Amino acid sequence: MAIKDYLRERFFPHMWCPGCGHGTVLNSMLRAIENLALEKNDVVMVSGIGCSARISGYVDFHTLHTIHGRALAFATGVKMSRPDLNLIVPMGDGDALAIGGNHFIHAARRNIDITAIIMNNRIYGMTGGQFSPLTGYGKLATTSPYTNIDHAFDTVSLAIAAGASFVARTTTYHAKQMTDIIQKAIQHKGFSVVEVLTQCPTYFGRKNKEGGAAEMMENYKNITTPIGSKASRENPDLIERGIFVEKEMPEYCSEYNKIIQKAVKGK
Amino acid sequence: MGKPKLKKLHIRQEWCKGCGICVHFCPEKVLELDDKDKAFAARPQDCICCKLCELRCPDLAIDVETEDE
Amino acid sequence: MKNQIKFVQGNEACVEAALYAGLDFFAGYPITPSTEIAEHMAVRLPQIGGKFLQMEDEIASLCAIIGASLTGNKVMTATSGPGFSLMQEALGYAIMTEIPCVIVNVQRGGPSTGLPTHASQGDINQARWGTHGDHAIIALTASNHQDLFTITVEAFNLAETYRTPVLLMLDEITGHMRERLHIPKPGQIPIVSRLKTSVKQGVDYHPYLPREDGRLPMSDFGGIHRYNVTGLFHDMWGFPTDNPQIVHGLLRHLLDKIGNNVHLIAKYKEFYLEDATTILVSYGSSARSALHLVNNRRNRGERLGLLELQTLWPFPYGIVREKCANARHVLVVEMNMGQILREVKIAVEDPEKVFLANRVDGMFITPTDIRNILRLIQGKGV
Repeated sequence: MAIKDYLRERFFPHMWCPGCGHGTVLNSMLRAIENLALEKNDVVMVSGIGCSARISGYVDFHTLHTIHGRALAFATGVKMSRPDLNLIVPMGDGDALAIGGNHFIHAARRNIDITAIIMNNRIYGMTGGQFSPLTGYGKLATTSPYTNIDHAFDTVSLAIAAGASFVARTTTYHAKQMTDIIQKAIQHKGFSVVEVLTQCPTYFGRKNKEGGAAEMMENYKNITTPIGSKASRENPDLIERGIFVEKEMPEYCSEYNKIIQKAVKGK
Repeated sequence: MGKPKLKKLHIRQEWCKGCGICVHFCPEKVLELDDKDKAFAARPQDCICCKLCELRCPDLAIDVETEDE
Repeated sequence: MKNQIKFVQGNEACVEAALYAGLDFFAGYPITPSTEIAEHMAVRLPQIGGKFLQMEDEIASLCAIIGASLTGNKVMTATSGPGFSLMQEALGYAIMTEIPCVIVNVQRGGPSTGLPTHASQGDINQARWGTHGDHAIIALTASNHQDLFTITVEAFNLAETYRTPVLLMLDEITGHMRERLHIPKPGQIPIVSRLKTSVKQGVDYHPYLPREDGRLPMSDFGGIHRYNVTGLFHDMWGFPTDNPQIVHGLLRHLLDKIGNNVHLIAKYKEFYLEDATTILVSYGSSARSALHLVNNRRNRGERLGLLELQTLWPFPYGIVREKCANARHVLVVEMNMGQILREVKIAVEDPEKVFLANRVDGMFITPTDIRNILRLIQGKGV
């Protein structure tokens, strides 16, 4: 199947701004799904609110466009009912880590078999460029006009601490790596977190003088490095990318099935 | 298997938003934006079929078709 | 055969009724005075292969059951005031997306943390208007465990019939009090199953195109039809739209599917109404005191009657109007500042004859409390 077969083409061209990295995430994600040869009927995509959340409208799967920050809670209900389905939950940085932060850490803690993709553009784009929990100290946004004094989360550290059994980071510049990582994340049995640094040239880029889409992507090349690389040891300011955690742990739906067996026996 | 050879570089003009990502990153400078800010293959003969434009295109507008496909 | 007579709390009666109605999936978060519902669910659901989830908060609980319902399950969550407040946004989502679910609110005193261990009926208007935007809602209640059982099953039936969330507005007293419950035999109370689409695979399925009777056959998420579900106004395929005609049509559909069927939805009980000159209108645990007083006064020859509402929303204006037509006085008995009083005043011909007997101090309203008000109204002095 070609990736176009996974699209709802009638809604194209999509609504994202020119150069928005979210389209590249969609592109890479569909390639991962294509590589895995998943049946369209076996994929459920659940999204929340924001630019990122619109991704669910463009794909020909079972798609659930929910409320702000709660996508993982809805996805948990779907997955627990139908553990055989592949649950993919793309979220923005505000969606996942501000309003949805609690659901994020608890889904990770349960290790439920869901693939969470955090499309981190460091800004609230849909509402016009307010700072998010990933904007970072010293950056500009419409609600931090004198520079941001909020410190950013490190999504990877947060996910690891919360107990996610698969944690990775990549960028829109590294599109091949992104496809590879998302593919592994979907295959992983347990809660998978993939943080993708994705450019918002319209708001974050413009406010912070980071140039257009291509310049912002160039920047991803320059500020990131593979996990444990020599460059990383020499310059701790570089952001590591790659797979940080990939471990086998009891998965929530499987564990609940054991509860059912226990309860049925003891009745 | 030898190097893949370009059959056609398909660009869906109506999907392209002219962000220039493909132009910027093309290692062989095959792509350019036209006067309507739509990407097109100016020098297809130079294409090495690395498909980076197709992979990175945020508009999903590019399809690099090779001879073996 | 297992003993079908139980001596249980109302919360447990609610659990047994939900299982009787075909519940598959429950998600909740502990909160007094509803917690026993989650506790019993945690024991009972896995015994029948169902799923129980304790989520990180009430928001997640409602979201999880909505997701589970989409895949074809009968679902429920239970909470109390503070949790019910948190659920309001997701409640609106379930209304907009027309996903069946049952939400129990075992009411306690409010606002805020209020009186966690005391009864109140202060969330009745929140049930009606808690979530934003114009909408219709179904809210039910009951005053004793046997009725609670029947009404809980009814809540599931209405949720399926109208593809809507149904609120079960219990209170601390009905929730915690123990009394006798007779579990009906299977089949004794009719059960409404999910109406599923007959559209075959590969044929264009319209998830949001109502049939002529207004009902929407569902296709299980993860099944043969792929479609979109969104809280945005949407077209018949479930895709977002701001087309004024479609927006208006969807809103009308959401209001009318309930508003046009009040006569089918409304459940109530009546006691001595035929010749009553004074009618008490009550519901939930308050109706217990009201009934006690009515029985008592009847023994003394007073022409007192009781209209006990089990359906609070949509409010059965026609029924209240008809039943109270010949009464000299109507006394609404409730544990709030007059949330149903207002509706009764709207319903009757002469709102001047409608009075309130209430308590809002966390204490159960007693027959004596009601009698004292009644004597004032009747000009007899306390």
